[in-house]
Amino acid sequence: MIAVEHLTKCYGDFTAVNDLSFEIGDGAVYGFLGPNGAGKSTTMNIMTGCLSATEGHVLIDGHDIFEEPDKAKRLIGYLPEQPPLYMNETPLEYLNFVGQAKGLKGAALREQIETVVEQTRIGDVCHKRISALSKGYKQRVGIAQALLGNPKVIILDEPTVGLDPIQIIEIRELIKQLGKEHTVILSSHILSEVQTICEKILIIAHGQLIAYDTPDALEKTFLADCGVTITAEADENKVTEILKDIEAVTDISFDTENTTDQPAVSASQADVDINEAAPLTGISNSNTSENADNAHPYRTTAHLSVNNNDIYAVTRSIFLAFANENIPLLELTPKKATLEDVFIELTENANTKNKEAEEK
Amino acid sequence: MTAVFKHELKNYFHSLTAYIFGAFLLVFIGIGALRYNLQASVSNFEYVLSYSSIVFVIIVPILTMRVIAEERKQKTDQLLYSLPITTFQVVMGKYLALLVVFLIPLAIISIYPLIFAQFGDVYLLTSYGSILAFFVMGAALLAIGVFISSLTDNQGFAAGIGIAVILLNYFSVSLAEYVSSTAMGSAIVLCVFCVLLGCIVHHLTKNDTLSYALGIVLIFAVCITCRINSSVFEGLIPDIMTKLSLFKRFSTFVNGVFDMNAIVYYLTVIVFFLFLSVQSLEKRRYN
Repeated sequence: MIAVEHLTKCYGDFTAVNDLSFEIGDGAVYGFLGPNGAGKSTTMNIMTGCLSATEGHVLIDGHDIFEEPDKAKRLIGYLPEQPPLYMNETPLEYLNFVGQAKGLKGAALREQIETVVEQTRIGDVCHKRISALSKGYKQRVGIAQALLGNPKVIILDEPTVGLDPIQIIEIRELIKQLGKEHTVILSSHILSEVQTICEKILIIAHGQLIAYDTPDALEKTFLADCGVTITAEADENKVTEILKDIEAVTDISFDTENTTDQPAVSASQADVDINEAAPLTGISNSNTSENADNAHPYRTTAHLSVNNNDIYAVTRSIFLAFANENIPLLELTPKKATLEDVFIELTENANTKNKEAEEK
Repeated sequence: MTAVFKHELKNYFHSLTAYIFGAFLLVFIGIGALRYNLQASVSNFEYVLSYSSIVFVIIVPILTMRVIAEERKQKTDQLLYSLPITTFQVVMGKYLALLVVFLIPLAIISIYPLIFAQFGDVYLLTSYGSILAFFVMGAALLAIGVFISSLTDNQGFAAGIGIAVILLNYFSVSLAEYVSSTAMGSAIVLCVFCVLLGCIVHHLTKNDTLSYALGIVLIFAVCITCRINSSVFEGLIPDIMTKLSLFKRFSTFVNGVFDMNAIVYYLTVIVFFLFLSVQSLEKRRYN
């Protein structure tokens, strides 16, 4: 449906989009994800013909957006970041204008307007001035505008920014529905949003495509190892000793402020590799051994890296290991890989890569 | 194009703009008609048009200030870019709507000579010839206004610049008398213009080498020509100012001559500034 080939856009010395290539298929919801300033809006603006590219091509259903703008633009409905609304008009007047500009006439125009008004549920406010509408309704009028002419591709730039939670849910529902008949591309810097709506995700950072897959696959490929956080009533050495028998645990790091009730808040973490830590187990820490039988028992919080995908098998063996030693486990929290981690990892990687490239 | 045209026209009549424009024009023409045709009992309606042509200084910027600047301000220009219409169609649609808004009060005005003809001899041919010229001159000023509006996203700024430009154009003939007509004076003024041109090019392209090179080459050219044949520059600036005046050319029509040269000149101005407006809109895509 859409093919973006080696797209580059420079603003003077600043490269906003750098050799971006991807293809987008039919009838699904695609998510553009990236931190602010990653080049999402620029890419969308180029794809819709609002902006020229320094290099590269955008083909919409085989039509080049720069060479055959008329044919290509008819296939696209676009809602920019800020909905382009004429504030002193009513939604009906506005839709009338956009419909005519898209080449609709007479009965076909009226029919289309009726459909999109129904789809976006703006019937109640059709005769109010747009300037008097709430942000959510303005956004819907913007989406209605994009839907006019029944385009194959609908491109929405941050459609839920600035809306209240209920409006966000409604807009998401709408987008999901649209995804059944159209190819929908939306951009966002909110992960959960993209995760819930989109079938495929394109992660962009520093103008480059760094990942393009389904949300599940992204989680799987990029965060194979999961983690477990435990809090046990024992000192660090004891915990290390118990855990070293469990093969799946590859790395342990402790929160140093062991005695506080909220160890997770602690500032610094002591990283102890299990193989190095093993010889240390014999050396007793005077402080900890005294406290071990105290009324205020010693608490240790440890973050474990785990290389086994079956997280519950690991937690079971951890639990049993501690139970054998008769040490109470106060907390046992498996940490599942989230898209957020993938996102942070990927964008930070891109960051360091860029810095390295600059240094060279 | 028709969509933009209809949309703009509706916009003018929904807001006060079209009415203010029409009212101003009618009031000025009315006062002129009162002074010349009724009080002084002159039967030439063209004098009225000549007298009231200064009204353009106010009404053209009022009408054109928002035409493109407002689109930018509201970010609706993005909509226009993403719709399957070209920037040429957008500018033409907007310009034609402006012409219609201008034509409506003018249609009322063109009844006046007929009314006066009931009470005496009116030279209808010169009257209507002048009205036509009045329209074409107004159209040229509107094109300039559209271009000025396309340069900024601030309506007030567009209006201010518009008023200044048209006012300068209105008085350029009388100002020309005070401008130095010596070769040296002209050369200096030209050099200043070269520097200004360089600054404008720099502002538009953000290209240092190009703007410096352009400015220096032009100044150099002026200096060389001045050295070789300084008589070229004698009276050049006043001459240019008179030639560029749109209002000066209108006076030919008032004197009863239907000057085709002037009509062609006005049409050239229209095409030139509409072309620049299209380019100015296109440029936004490339910045």
